[in-house]
Amino acid sequence: MAEHEEHTTHSQGFYIAIGVGLLIGTITTVGAAFVNLGPFNPVIALLIATIKATVVVLFFMHVKGASEKLTGAVVVSGFFFLAILLSLSLADYLTRSWR
Amino acid sequence: MASTVIPANRAPAPTPKLNYLNNGHTLKSWLLTTDHKRIAILYLISVTVFFFLGGFFAMLIRLELLTPQGDLMQADTYNKVFTMHGMIMVFFFLIPVVPAVLGNFLVPIMIGAKDLAFPRINLLSWYLYIIGGILISHVMLTGGVDTGWTFYTPFSTEYTNTKIVEAGLAVFIAGFSSIFTGLNFIVTIHRMRAPGLTWDRLPLFIWSNYATSLVMVLGTPVVAITIVLVAVERLFHLGIFDPRLGGDPLLFQHLFWFYSHPAVYIMILPSMGVVSELIACFARKRVFGYKFVALSSVAIAVFGFLVWAHHMFVAGISLYAAMIFSFLSFSVGVPSAVKVFNWTATLYKGSISYATPMLYAFGFIGLFTMGGLTGLMLATIGIDVHVTDTYFVVAHFHYVMVGGVLMGYLGGLHFWWPKMTGRMYPEAWAKLSALLVFVGFNLTFFPQFILGYVGMPRRYWQYPPEFQALNVLSTAGASILAAGYLLPMIYFVWSLRYGKIADANPWAAAGLEWKTTSPPPTFNFDETPVVTWEAYNYDEIPAWERRAPVAR
Amino acid sequence: MEHEAHNPALLHHFADAQQQKNAASLGMWLFLVTEIMFFGGMFCAYLVYRLAHFNAFAAGSQQLSIWLGATNTAVLIISSVTVVLAVKAAEAGKRKVLVGYLVVTVLLGMTFLVIKGFEYREKFEKHHVPGATFKFTDTFDDNGKQIPVNPKEAELFFSLYFAMTGMHALHMIIGCGLFSVLAVLAWKGHYTPGYFTPIENAGLYWHLVDIIWIYLFPLLYLISRHS
Repeated sequence: MAEHEEHTTHSQGFYIAIGVGLLIGTITTVGAAFVNLGPFNPVIALLIATIKATVVVLFFMHVKGASEKLTGAVVVSGFFFLAILLSLSLADYLTRSWR
Repeated sequence: MASTVIPANRAPAPTPKLNYLNNGHTLKSWLLTTDHKRIAILYLISVTVFFFLGGFFAMLIRLELLTPQGDLMQADTYNKVFTMHGMIMVFFFLIPVVPAVLGNFLVPIMIGAKDLAFPRINLLSWYLYIIGGILISHVMLTGGVDTGWTFYTPFSTEYTNTKIVEAGLAVFIAGFSSIFTGLNFIVTIHRMRAPGLTWDRLPLFIWSNYATSLVMVLGTPVVAITIVLVAVERLFHLGIFDPRLGGDPLLFQHLFWFYSHPAVYIMILPSMGVVSELIACFARKRVFGYKFVALSSVAIAVFGFLVWAHHMFVAGISLYAAMIFSFLSFSVGVPSAVKVFNWTATLYKGSISYATPMLYAFGFIGLFTMGGLTGLMLATIGIDVHVTDTYFVVAHFHYVMVGGVLMGYLGGLHFWWPKMTGRMYPEAWAKLSALLVFVGFNLTFFPQFILGYVGMPRRYWQYPPEFQALNVLSTAGASILAAGYLLPMIYFVWSLRYGKIADANPWAAAGLEWKTTSPPPTFNFDETPVVTWEAYNYDEIPAWERRAPVAR
Repeated sequence: MEHEAHNPALLHHFADAQQQKNAASLGMWLFLVTEIMFFGGMFCAYLVYRLAHFNAFAAGSQQLSIWLGATNTAVLIISSVTVVLAVKAAEAGKRKVLVGYLVVTVLLGMTFLVIKGFEYREKFEKHHVPGATFKFTDTFDDNGKQIPVNPKEAELFFSLYFAMTGMHALHMIIGCGLFSVLAVLAWKGHYTPGYFTPIENAGLYWHLVDIIWIYLFPLLYLISRHS
């Protein structure tokens, strides 16, 4: 009946470093927005946003190294069902003009 | 531990032990309870009230439709009547009934826990339900809503003058009641199973409630935001669905049905779980293909999220999307069929008896199969184009919701009534009611398949005179059905005082709930059970515990 | 049922404190999933309409202040760091540090809301609030080329802008309230290294609200800024 959970917290410096990384990501996103990448502008923006979100989930929300694998499954399923909503709705909208 | 037969003219002896019912008699001990069993009883009373309220509106519908002309009420009033019938039945009866009444009572006991994971949130769930119920009742008393329970835009956002925002708020709040129940069940089932109770030893009722809870947690928030967006469009003119701004009314339908289709699986899955328990007990056999039945519940929950636009085949979605959703809708029928086949296989070479709960289980299997098969017909685009928005659809969903969900609920209520109250219901009256329900139901709704097929539209308050005979049959059936529902109200209440006192396991059934007293003590078990046996171990139940269930 | 000395926060229907903590954590995560689906409906609307009315969305986006939006993003990121450090302090039993970080988090949250307030006021002044007063005469600046857009479609963009950022702001207000209450309770010594679950779970909520903004910022503010 181990009361001890394997350590969920990293050092203070680690978290501040992650925070700085996220700030750099923000600056990068803004910078990239000013560059004409054609259709890739939104792709880059969302990619950076997803990396930031993943970092927050894994490290700030302690999903990485969590004693329960269930937590990861819950997170993934939330985004998975959102993906279903978006993709199957798009299946309608993107094909409306098809003959 | 033989059950005591009490002569009808003598006051029954009080149940000796302290149990959850007599542990505190004040109103406060009930209204501030955190005991999942008391909360289940609170829900039982409240959903029954809403059931009869919804039934009242159904009666008005059937009375109006006795004649081809609109003579009982105005057309606008008729719109309000069928809307209130739908809203109350869907959001305040069908969605909560089995999880909040039977699930709340049984889930902790079946897994050997003392309560749900979050008892105070459980109480909050009930209060949210009540607040939603008060709001919808207020809407009803101050003019009702006339959009249909589906409140499609732009009628709901712009053109109707009825109380959409308040009704939406009622549904929003009731939705949170549902979310919290589901959240509670998922955490409880994951975290609070008794020692030795592995996932493959769980009763199928638990698997069903688990799958239901997944749908509640994942789907309900989407209808919540949809309601918010409708309210925001009405109140602040943020025209998210307004075609004049380039918005799309179909987007509302996509978001609405993304929840409302899985919602029907919220309704049916727990009832399917009940049926598994009943079939096993009254055939005295393990459920055939346990793993398949367990996993089919989860499959229904997941697949149920992939099919929503079959409600929109003629609304204007692209043909290609329609084909995708049609195909996916066929596939969601497969796990349901898996269950029906496995229940049937369970019956084969079983030792079958016909107590009332089993009658309801048989009714469920037959009527749900009919409802499900007609659902496949509706998933076929070619057929749906003709019968959509006709009484064919109405008949289909009443077969699955009333012939399915409600019969499963009644079967479960009869089965677990002795556990919940310590009393047996009167078997002869119960059998009569089951018969009335079955006959009444089919007489009400089978003619509606025909009516829809020959073209009678739904939500119409008048119809061509050649449809009258079938409508009269339907209304006659509804009267019989009503009698079948009123009788249990009477005899269940009667049984609380005069029913035979039940012992811990009057059905000689398998399951942890039958190992504690009827009614159970507040903390369910005197000692936490340690489970070393498989589910439905009917072959291991000792001979001395076996006796004929109530009637053969 | 033995009553050995246990944490007074242990509720009786749980077998032990670890079970209670795991249950609370799973419950919170499930609630966060509902929040993902809740906002997800609006993201779906955004996706559909941006594809259908790109020019109007770009024109609308160009009217938002990138710098205020980016500043707010930074504010939230810093507040997520302070939340993590608050949890760390709770785990270490450092009461005053915990309260300090909680208070800073609330202040950062309120900073976000104040900046948002300035943005909303600017929108109001420029008649970009949907409804009877809405007026949109700006164009979509596509690499120097000025493309006129349907003002009605721009109104749709702003409807989504207000709906999404408004709902997000509401969640921020709730978060600030939550952390304020927790700061008071922490000051009174309610949280020990053996029990700081509410801090952790409130932290999870805050991080999710941060993640939602991480997506809202590029989607609303950064459509076609390269000119």
